[in-house]
Amino acid sequence: MNEESEETMVNTTQDVAWQQTQSEAEAHLAKRRLTEKIAFGVLWAAGAVAVLVLIAVVGYVLLEGAQVIDWAFLTTRPKGGLSGEGGMSTTIVATIYLVGLTILIAAPLGVGAGIYLVEYAGEMQGTSGWQAHLISVIRFGVETLAGVPSIIFGLFGYALFVTTMKFGFSMIAAALSGACLVLPVIIRTTEEALLTVPRPYREGSLALGATQWQTNWRVVLPAAMPGIITGVVLSVGRIVSETAVFYVTLGGSYYMPPSPILHFRDFLTSGGRTMALHLYYLANDTAAFDKAMGTGAVLVVSIILINLAINYLSHRLNQSMRGEA
Amino acid sequence: MTGSEIKLETQNFDLYYGNFQALDDISLQIPANQVTAIIGPSGCGKSTFLRAFNRMNDLIPGVHTDGEISMEGENIFNMDVVALRRRVGMVFQRPNPFPKSIYDNVTYGPRVNGLRDRDKLDEIAERSLRGAALWDEVKDDLGKSGLALSGGQQQRLCIARALAVEPDVILMDEPASALDPIATLRIEELIRELKEDYTIVIVTHNMQQAGRVSDYTAFFYTDESRTGILVEFDNTKKIFTNPSDQRTEDYITGRFG
Amino acid sequence: MKLTYLVDRSIKYILLVCALLSVFILFLIAVFTLREGLEAFQTIGVGQMLSGTVWRPGQDQYGILAMILGSVLVTIGAIAIGVPFALGCAIFLAEVAPDNVRAIVRPAVELLAGIPSVVYGLVGMVVLVPMVRQIPVPGNSGYGLLSASIVLAVMILPTITNIAEDAIRAVPQSYREGAFALGSTHWQTITGVILPAARSGIIAGIILGVGRALGETMAMIMVIGNSVVLPKPLNDNPITIFLRQARTLTGNIAVEIGYATGVHESALFATGVILFMLIMLVNIAARMLMKERHA
Ligand SMILES: Nc1ncnc2c1ncn2[C@@H]1O[C@H](COP(=O)(O)OP(=O)(O)OP(=O)(O)O)[C@@H](O)[C@H]1O
Ligand SMILES: [Mg+2]
Repeated sequence: MNEESEETMVNTTQDVAWQQTQSEAEAHLAKRRLTEKIAFGVLWAAGAVAVLVLIAVVGYVLLEGAQVIDWAFLTTRPKGGLSGEGGMSTTIVATIYLVGLTILIAAPLGVGAGIYLVEYAGEMQGTSGWQAHLISVIRFGVETLAGVPSIIFGLFGYALFVTTMKFGFSMIAAALSGACLVLPVIIRTTEEALLTVPRPYREGSLALGATQWQTNWRVVLPAAMPGIITGVVLSVGRIVSETAVFYVTLGGSYYMPPSPILHFRDFLTSGGRTMALHLYYLANDTAAFDKAMGTGAVLVVSIILINLAINYLSHRLNQSMRGEA
Repeated sequence: MTGSEIKLETQNFDLYYGNFQALDDISLQIPANQVTAIIGPSGCGKSTFLRAFNRMNDLIPGVHTDGEISMEGENIFNMDVVALRRRVGMVFQRPNPFPKSIYDNVTYGPRVNGLRDRDKLDEIAERSLRGAALWDEVKDDLGKSGLALSGGQQQRLCIARALAVEPDVILMDEPASALDPIATLRIEELIRELKEDYTIVIVTHNMQQAGRVSDYTAFFYTDESRTGILVEFDNTKKIFTNPSDQRTEDYITGRFG
Repeated sequence: MKLTYLVDRSIKYILLVCALLSVFILFLIAVFTLREGLEAFQTIGVGQMLSGTVWRPGQDQYGILAMILGSVLVTIGAIAIGVPFALGCAIFLAEVAPDNVRAIVRPAVELLAGIPSVVYGLVGMVVLVPMVRQIPVPGNSGYGLLSASIVLAVMILPTITNIAEDAIRAVPQSYREGAFALGSTHWQTITGVILPAARSGIIAGIILGVGRALGETMAMIMVIGNSVVLPKPLNDNPITIFLRQARTLTGNIAVEIGYATGVHESALFATGVILFMLIMLVNIAARMLMKERHA
C-alpha cells in the first residue's frame, strides 16, 4: 500500500492505468455487440423451440387422433382385447365421475384449510408457544405434500384404501387418493386468492358487528371466489391428466361405471378407467396406437379447454382487483 | 458561458413517457470540468433530464424524444448507447452496489470493457477507490460484499465504480439524499475534487448543497399545464443572489416547492 | 348472540382440522409405506436392496441398484438437455421477448406443463423412439434412457422456466440500471449481474425440476424399455449407456404393484420409501434455497 496523497491520485489524468484508444474501444464494442447478437439469437431460438415443441406434440396428437375420432368412437365403449377395438365412451364418463368425486372430497377440505391459514392463523402468528408451532407444522405439511410424487400417493392409496380398508380397485379409493394429490393445489390457490382481498373489506364488516365467520362467509369468500375456482379448475386438470395414482387404485375396468345418482354405493365401489389410463393401456398393452392417438386428442382438447378456463378466470380476477383498487 | 468549453448540449429537447410530455423544449449547454446543478420542485423532470444524457430512459418502454442532445458536438442518439454510457457515467439516488465483492464492483466496468489484466485491474481498483475517498476504509477487505458497507460507503463505492471506467461526464441523481449529514459532506467534498477531471451534472433537492458544490445551476419547473420546463440557467451565484425569474426566486427562498 | 359466538368458535376449529389434514395425510403416507415396506427391509436388508444388482422377484432377489441407476441417469440426461433449454426460455421471457411475443411463449410453456404425461409418453413412443432407433449402434432399440431423457426434459421445462423467470424478474431494477450505466451490453448485464443475483432462485428451480424428474412415472414406463438389468454402455463409448433400456424406481413400483404379493409387494413399498426419501431431500434443499432468497 504505497501512501500517496489523495490529491495526486485524483488529479492524474495523464498516468491513467488503463487507456483504451478509440479504435480499441470500438473494436471491443463491435465484438461485444456480436456476442450479444449471437446470444440473443440462441435465446430467441429457445423460446421458439418451446412453442414449436408444443405445436408439434399437440398438433401431432390432434391430427393423428382426428383420423379415428367420430361419433361412434366417442359413444361406444372399448371392446377390450388386445387389438384395442371399440370406442372410448365409458372412459369419458369415468373421467367425469372421478373428477367430480375427487373435487367433492378435496375442495371443501382444501378451501377450509386455506381459510384457516390466511384468516385465522395470522392472528396466532404473534402468539408464541404451541399454536405458532402448529401453524409452521401445517405449512411444512402442505409444502411437503405438494412435492410428493404421484406414484407415492398411488402406493399409499393402494395400501390404505384398496387393501387395508378393503375398498378394492374402486372410484372411492381412487378419488380419496386423488384428493390427497390435489389438496395442496387447492390450499395454495385459496390462500393466494384470500390474500388479495383488501383489508378494509374485513374491517368494514367486523366493525358492523359481524363475527369473523360471518365476515369470511359473506365478504371475504365471495371476493376471493374467482381465485378459489381457478384452484379447483387447476385440480380438475391435474386429475384429468393424472395416470400413476389411478393406475394403482382404480383398476382399469372399461365397463360403464354405475350411475352415482341411481346406484351410489355400487358407483363408489366400482372400478373404472379414465381417458388417460385408457390411453396408457392402448399404447402400452395393445398395439392400437391409432386409438391411443384418438384418446390422446380428446384428452389434449380437454386440457386446452381447462387451461383456457383458468386463463379466463385469472384474467377476471385481475380485472376485478384493478376495478376495486 | 464564455471562456469554458461545452461538454454537453441539448437543443429543443422533448421527452415523452407515452403520451405524457415530461420534458418540454429544453435547450442548455453544460460546460466541461464544471459542476452543473439541476434543481426544481418534485416531479418537474430533473431525473428524466439527467437520464437523457446517458440514454437511461431507453430502458423504459414507451419513451420517445424530440430534439437533439450532443456531446462534444456529436449527436448522442447516433452513438452506440454502450459507448455513450462508457463516457457518461451515472451515480444513482439510492446506492446500488452489485451483490458482489467491493473489488468486483469497482472492476466491473473495466472488465465489461475488455480489460482482463489482473495487475491493471488492481491498480484501477485502488485508484478509483482512492478517487472516491473510500480506499482507506476498505483497503484491507476488498473481498467483502459491497452490500455489507454503510450507506455512505456504498454510495462512494458506486462513485468509485463509475470512476473506474474513466468517463468524461458523471451524472449524479440526488447522490446524497439517502445519506446522513456527515456522509453527505464527504460526498460534496468529493464532488468538488472530481470536477478537476470530470464534467459533473448533479440533481439535488437541497438548495444549500447546490450552492456549495455547483458552478452553474439550472432551474426546472412544472405547473398545471406543463412539466419539465427550463426556467433559468446561469451561474450558481447569479441564480442564488439575483435570479431573473420570479419563479426561481420564489423557489430558492422557499416560498414553494 | 351466544349462539352466533358458538358457531363462530366451532367453525374455527373445523377449519383447523381441515388445515391439519395435510399433516395427517403426510403422516399416514409415511406410516403406511414404511409399514408395508418393513417386511422387505427386514428380510432382505436395506444394504442388500440398495446394492443388489439383480431384481428377480420369482427367485426372491430384490436388488434395486439398477432402478436407482436408471432414475439417476434419466434425471441427469433430462437435466443436461432440459436445463439449458429452460434457462434460455426463462431469460428470453424475462429479459428479451417483446410483450407480444411473450404473450405467446408464456401460455405455451404453461400448456406444456398441463399436457398429461401419458400423452408425452405416447408421442415419445410413436415419434421419438423411432428417431432414436436410427442412431446406428448395435443393440439400440430406440427405447431407453435417451428417449426417456428427452421426454423428461420437455416435461420439466415449465417447472424450471417458471421459477427461473420469477427469480430473474425479482432482481432489482437498480442492479440492471447500475450495470447499463457502466457501459455493459444487455447480454453482459444478464450474465454479469442479473443471473448471479438470481442464482439461488434459479438453482431452486433446477432442484425442483430434479424432484419432478425423479417422480415421473407413466411417461417413463412408456419409453424407457423397463429392463431390470443394470444399465451399461452398449459398446466401449461410455455415452452409449443412454441408448440402453432401463427402469426407474417409479416405473418399478407402477409396473409390478398390481400383481405383487408377499415380500415382493413389500419390496415395492420399500422402493417407494427410498424414492420418497430421495425426493424429500431434494425438495427440502430447494425450499431452503428459496427461503434464503426471500430472506
Ligand atoms: N417511467 C415513467 N413513466 C411515466 N411517467 C414518468 C416516469 N418516470 C417519471 N415520470 C413522470 O415524469 C415527470 C418527471 O419525473 P422525474 O422523475 O423526472 O421528476 P423529478 O424532477 O426527478 O422528481 P423528484 O424530485 O421527485 O425526483 C413526473 O410527472 C413523473 O410522474
Ligand atoms: Mg428524481
